[in-house]
Amino acid sequence: MEPLDPFVALAGGLLIGTAAALLLLLSGRIAGVSGMLARATGIADSGPRRSHALAFVLGLPIGAVLIAGFVRAPDVIVTSSIPLIIAGGLLVGFGTRLGNGCTSGHGVCGMARLSPRSIAATATFMAAGFLLVGVMRHVIGA
Amino acid sequence: MRNVLAALLTGVIFGAGLTLSDMTNPARVIAFLDLFGAWDPTLAFVMGGALVPSALAYVVTRRMRRPLLHTAFHIPENRTLDRQLLIGGAIFGLGWGLVGYCPGPALAGLALGAWQTWLFAGAMLAGMWLHSVTDLPILRSRSGLVRS
Repeated sequence: MEPLDPFVALAGGLLIGTAAALLLLLSGRIAGVSGMLARATGIADSGPRRSHALAFVLGLPIGAVLIAGFVRAPDVIVTSSIPLIIAGGLLVGFGTRLGNGCTSGHGVCGMARLSPRSIAATATFMAAGFLLVGVMRHVIGA
Repeated sequence: MRNVLAALLTGVIFGAGLTLSDMTNPARVIAFLDLFGAWDPTLAFVMGGALVPSALAYVVTRRMRRPLLHTAFHIPENRTLDRQLLIGGAIFGLGWGLVGYCPGPALAGLALGAWQTWLFAGAMLAGMWLHSVTDLPILRSRSGLVRS
């Protein structure tokens, strides 16, 4: 896999942060994707209005299409087997609801306002991710 | 209606950022999580870039009585580190490392043509639903571990 130009990574990050900033300044909401998805699908019964959450969630793939069409053709390389993809999805869905957020809500929004919960959650999921990949790649050798 | 448009616009910008920075590529994310191997620092640049405008916005909100298009800010005020937060974070991190997808890239990536993304997103929704119908005692008590 080719390394990504750090400036492109930084520019992408700035877009993500700008989206979070705009949603906060315009609507007063946290741009947390797991919470938005749970709300949009009716799995969560509190939070922003369902129509707002649905609009945000639908915007994500539209943004992806715009980049793919006008900026660069993104690779999507998934090496996990079907059972692992299903297990990973179940863990991510369950864990983000239990922990009230994911990389966006805790990582980008919560850390930016120095929320102790978000800092603890981000440290925990990063550590678990490092551990899992370390064990899979270097202990099991998968 | 203006708030629906704001949500759509911010979703589009968010999805564009995830795609531009290659977070929609699970192999890239796993390479970042491979701290003990050939570590790829891309995600650190993405996170660093994202935190700057996000943090600035929080500073600005302190001088605002309400958001521009809405009656009040909805910023979580809970500061208690409880069991659910840490167990949930750990479960999420394991799933993230297993496949290389977290919720944002999994949803943005639905438009990028890999069937695995749809499978992952479906399983993720099932996991969210499972949480909503699960009532395990260890996950129920809201007893705080640390209060700050």
